Amino acid sequence: MNAFFDSWNWYIAGPIIGLFVPAMLIISNKMLGLSSAFEHICMLVVPKEKQSIFKFNFDENGWKLYFMIGIALGGFIAAHYLSSSPVHYLPEEYHHFPGYIKLFVGGILVGFGTRYANGCTSGHSIFGLSILQSSSLKATISFFVGGLLYTFLASF
Amino acid sequence: MKNITFIIFGTLFGIVLTKSEVISWFRIQHMFQFKEWHMYLIIGSAVVVGIVAMQIIQRAKLKSLNGEELHYGGKPFHKGFIIGGIIFGIGWAITGACPGPIFAQIGAGELPAIITLFGALIGAYLHSALREKLPH
Repeated sequence: MNAFFDSWNWYIAGPIIGLFVPAMLIISNKMLGLSSAFEHICMLVVPKEKQSIFKFNFDENGWKLYFMIGIALGGFIAAHYLSSSPVHYLPEEYHHFPGYIKLFVGGILVGFGTRYANGCTSGHSIFGLSILQSSSLKATISFFVGGLLYTFLASF
Repeated sequence: MKNITFIIFGTLFGIVLTKSEVISWFRIQHMFQFKEWHMYLIIGSAVVVGIVAMQIIQRAKLKSLNGEELHYGGKPFHKGFIIGGIIFGIGWAITGACPGPIFAQIGAGELPAIITLFGALIGAYLHSALREKLPH
């Protein structure tokens, strides 16, 4: 039972994540993918006359906001009830001021980049690859090119 | 009622992401530094399971629970997949979070991730505002 309260192994987590692809399709006829929830939240806070710029398709993507609320709930449950000891997910430097700027700038890149690429890790790297969509393979390779390049350059 | 289904799906997804530490900045660093295989194995095994499941679904011509034809696909390639993809990859390496994990980090009590979310919303807004000017 201890293993359950420690960090889960890849061979438990990976296949479960993969099963979300058929489960979401069969149960709800939805493609796994999350980044357009950002546009949904934007639409909730901008004035009505500006909402048309988002080209947000409610029928197709309106559910993602609820899924995201669930993810936050899941994070809370996992951290508070399913962990034997507290786990840090962010480094110490992100808990005070200069680090906040890095998170903010990085966040802009995440929001801009995923929407420009029409998908993120879930929509392209998990769902898109599962349906053998070639555009998702190109997007996934690009995610890693960006991440590897930045990490390599930041190490100097 | 339907929305409760998505909250439940999301909760399970969030638990898996958090318990496997996919939402950890440290794990993302180790992935991009090739220090451990954890993240690659998770993504890889998820994709293998997804491919097998989709092949079964296609061959058995399965429908959704309420009898609809399944609809999926339809993301035609444009330059943004490369340019936006690289931009997102940089943001992923900096923040240690892709879109789903931002919410999991917040839920797990890593409150600075609220700043990441705020940035991501501005980023998504900028993309929508600049869409017509961006190369496609």
